[in-house]
Amino acid sequence: MAYTLSVNGRTRRVDVEPDTPLLWVLRDTLGILGPKFGCGIAQCGACTVHIDGAPVRSCALPIDAVGKGRVTTIEAIGDNEVGARVQKAWSELDVAQCGYCQPGQIMSATALLAANPRPNAEEIDAAMAGNICRCATYIRIRAAVRRASGQPEEA
Amino acid sequence: MADGAQTGASRRDVIQLVAGGGGLVLGFALAGKGEAAQSAPAKLNTYVTVRPDGWVEVVSKNPEVGQGVKTSMPMIIAEEMDADWNKVRTLQAVSDPVLFGRQFAGGSLSIPLHWDELRRVGATARALLIAAAAKSWGVEPSACTTEPGRVIHKASGRSADYGSLAAAAGGLTAPDPQTLKLKEPADYRIVGRFTPQVDTPAIVSGKPLFGIDVVLPGMLFATFEKAPVFGAGVESADLDAARAMKGVRKAFLVEGSGGLEALAPGVAVVADSWWRALKAREKLNTRWKASEASQMSSRRFEEMAAGSARSAADKVVRHDGDVDAALKSASKTIEAEYAYPYISHANLEPQNCTARFQNGKMEIWAPTQNPEPGRQLVAKTLGLKPEDITVHIIRAGGGFGRRLSNEYMVEAAWIAREAGAPVKLIWTREDDMRHGFYRPAGWHRFKGGLDAQGRIIAWEDHFITPGSRDGQPGRSAAMAATEFPARFTPNFRYNLSVLPISVPTGPLRAPGSNAISFAVQGFIDELAHAAGADPVDFRLKLLGDFGLVGTPGRDGYDAARMRGVLKKVAEVSGWGRTKMAPRQGQGVAFHFSHMGYFAQVVQVRVAEDGQIKVEKVWVAGDVGRQIVNPSGAIQQVQGSVLDGLSGALGQEITLENGAVVQGNFDSYRLMRINEAPPVDVHFVLSDNPPTGLGEPALPPAPPALCNAIFAATGKRIRRLPVDPALLAVG
Ligand code: FES
Ligand code: FES
Repeated sequence: MAYTLSVNGRTRRVDVEPDTPLLWVLRDTLGILGPKFGCGIAQCGACTVHIDGAPVRSCALPIDAVGKGRVTTIEAIGDNEVGARVQKAWSELDVAQCGYCQPGQIMSATALLAANPRPNAEEIDAAMAGNICRCATYIRIRAAVRRASGQPEEA
Repeated sequence: MADGAQTGASRRDVIQLVAGGGGLVLGFALAGKGEAAQSAPAKLNTYVTVRPDGWVEVVSKNPEVGQGVKTSMPMIIAEEMDADWNKVRTLQAVSDPVLFGRQFAGGSLSIPLHWDELRRVGATARALLIAAAAKSWGVEPSACTTEPGRVIHKASGRSADYGSLAAAAGGLTAPDPQTLKLKEPADYRIVGRFTPQVDTPAIVSGKPLFGIDVVLPGMLFATFEKAPVFGAGVESADLDAARAMKGVRKAFLVEGSGGLEALAPGVAVVADSWWRALKAREKLNTRWKASEASQMSSRRFEEMAAGSARSAADKVVRHDGDVDAALKSASKTIEAEYAYPYISHANLEPQNCTARFQNGKMEIWAPTQNPEPGRQLVAKTLGLKPEDITVHIIRAGGGFGRRLSNEYMVEAAWIAREAGAPVKLIWTREDDMRHGFYRPAGWHRFKGGLDAQGRIIAWEDHFITPGSRDGQPGRSAAMAATEFPARFTPNFRYNLSVLPISVPTGPLRAPGSNAISFAVQGFIDELAHAAGADPVDFRLKLLGDFGLVGTPGRDGYDAARMRGVLKKVAEVSGWGRTKMAPRQGQGVAFHFSHMGYFAQVVQVRVAEDGQIKVEKVWVAGDVGRQIVNPSGAIQQVQGSVLDGLSGALGQEITLENGAVVQGNFDSYRLMRINEAPPVDVHFVLSDNPPTGLGEPALPPAPPALCNAIFAATGKRIRRLPVDPALLAVG
């Protein structure tokens, strides 16, 4: 099936089966490798992208269901003011260990701050709980979200 | 992976100048080691290059799996050469034992093995740059100093940046590195400073860094189905059904050879996208040959262990004093059985590898912790010459010991050769969960005796562990004869029984220690409570006034260092001084592994329904006199602690009919952010060489957690993972 997608502000045409998850269209068809594969069943968040600004697990979203939604991946999140702030906080606090989960973490954090500019501790945990970090960088993730939202890092 | 096995080795690395333009290029010839080139002229690696534009390129030889060596090792070189860290570029080395010796990420060994060598490389570069400047100015080298990236002659006010000196420095003779004076730590500008990882900008912008991101021209995608029962052969598979699926280029059987560590039997499907390969795999309807291993089940393992615990042990590994007499004379004796399950590494990046076979040469891009054994394995399994195989070391999305094995590398190489095209093999999460080399399960049956003063006078541990039919413990399933509290109790016996269980096992972060500490530090806690003693005081008494016990670098255990961290953690956690609410409590534990001394206090609150909230963890660690990169060091400690808690609270691999039950993160629970407590890290600096941090902070976490649960509820956790149902009120 042929589909027309909006990815990172560009129109892209792909020809894939309707059940192909958005993640694999991005990675294998379009060569957009920032979204990562961790589980394939919407459990880990490594594949998180935005559709119209909302965080979505792209591994569990068939291309057929994307419709006209504007897809944004980690590659373009820095063009967004909130996204750039989140990336900066992530760099300054050296959040990553292996780094594999971090594109997904940054996408979830950006969506959180876009909707809720000064989240409290519980709201941060709730919004980020869908993103597993196997290296367990959670303490710095919390601190970076707080820094990106202009709050002191220690809650 | 042996603790400290090689730290004492005095490798005579000869630092030399490498001929060739482009500035000052410093390399090593590895001498005096069997694996290195012996003959002259030795092949030189290029560790450090100073470019005429002032950029310094440092080669990072070991794999980066999130432990931070690609940053911390170059920091050490840059420090001694007084480079400007903002003008240092790190390059990842390929796998080449002739150039680089052993290149691996394991045993927390990168820093202890290279601390001296890297400092001398840096110092040599600095000496050459100074010599070049001094010569051009007609002054004595000793009259010159350096600032980051510059040589300075104070008396005349002259200065020159490293880039402008690089070519001239490259024409000088390198001094004997052993004669160079190294910096005093007080003068450090890079080492000891919070330094973000060199790959941070690429990580936060989603650049393709990982094995799974490798793309080659004309590359195809592969999935490889193996039997649910470890190692079972293929009876039949509907290859034609798979081949009929869209995008599929090849589907074929792999007979396999060399066992689970090399190439297991299975069915490969190669397609023009990974999703299409997966869809085709669903059509295979593979039938597997009957296998004796299908008899295995976790229930059966428990029965075997229980039977073993009731009988005499296979053998006595160690017996000091007279345990039976001491138990008889003890004023109090207690007994307890501890058990822990198999667990999976669960790297977030599933195993994967990319390979291309062209004109008889194999090129491999592998997220591996252990590239050279992988190269050898590929050579052996595919019948290639090792020199015809190149392994590119690619950043890995987590190591934890899983990527010390290289079977995914062999699979990718095999499939690429069969497919006649470059192939990226990716395992599904379920493939990864069900085809691991698991942290072994284990069982401990303890007996302990206390004298009238509440001191431990007898300790017996009947350790029951999986292994071979002839009584050899499996990989990473052994316990050392010197495991604490051996040598610290007068009457000590360690009995061993080995259960014939063939579940594949392997090293997982702090192998052995990550489970044994739970049992040992739990039982010590039981003895402390039986003695009516404070758990910290009781442990300090157990460590006594011993100093260094055993031989450093082998079985050495420095009790003074352990007392230091134990006292520190008691102090910073407010141990004994903090009022606890009902069902709130603190627990303590310590453990020595990978040359690091760690003590921890965990504070929990247990709800009426048994749900556990870990409120905070305090850690004190002693890894010598210098923390190389405080950012990475704190990360490793916090990550290790949370890893240990995550395992203890939720992880278990079980088997039914020879197959692993758990498949994905819905059935195999990793800690999430809302469960992660703050972890307060304190380093106790001691006058010892710096050692690694990838592992030693993990082992005390599970027992400190369970001891805290006891303090909060009066219920003793003797089996992992913790079952909250046991902690509910009523
Ligand atoms: S890969 Fe999509 S949530 Fe895990
Ligand atoms: S940094 Fe490794 S999984 Fe998050």
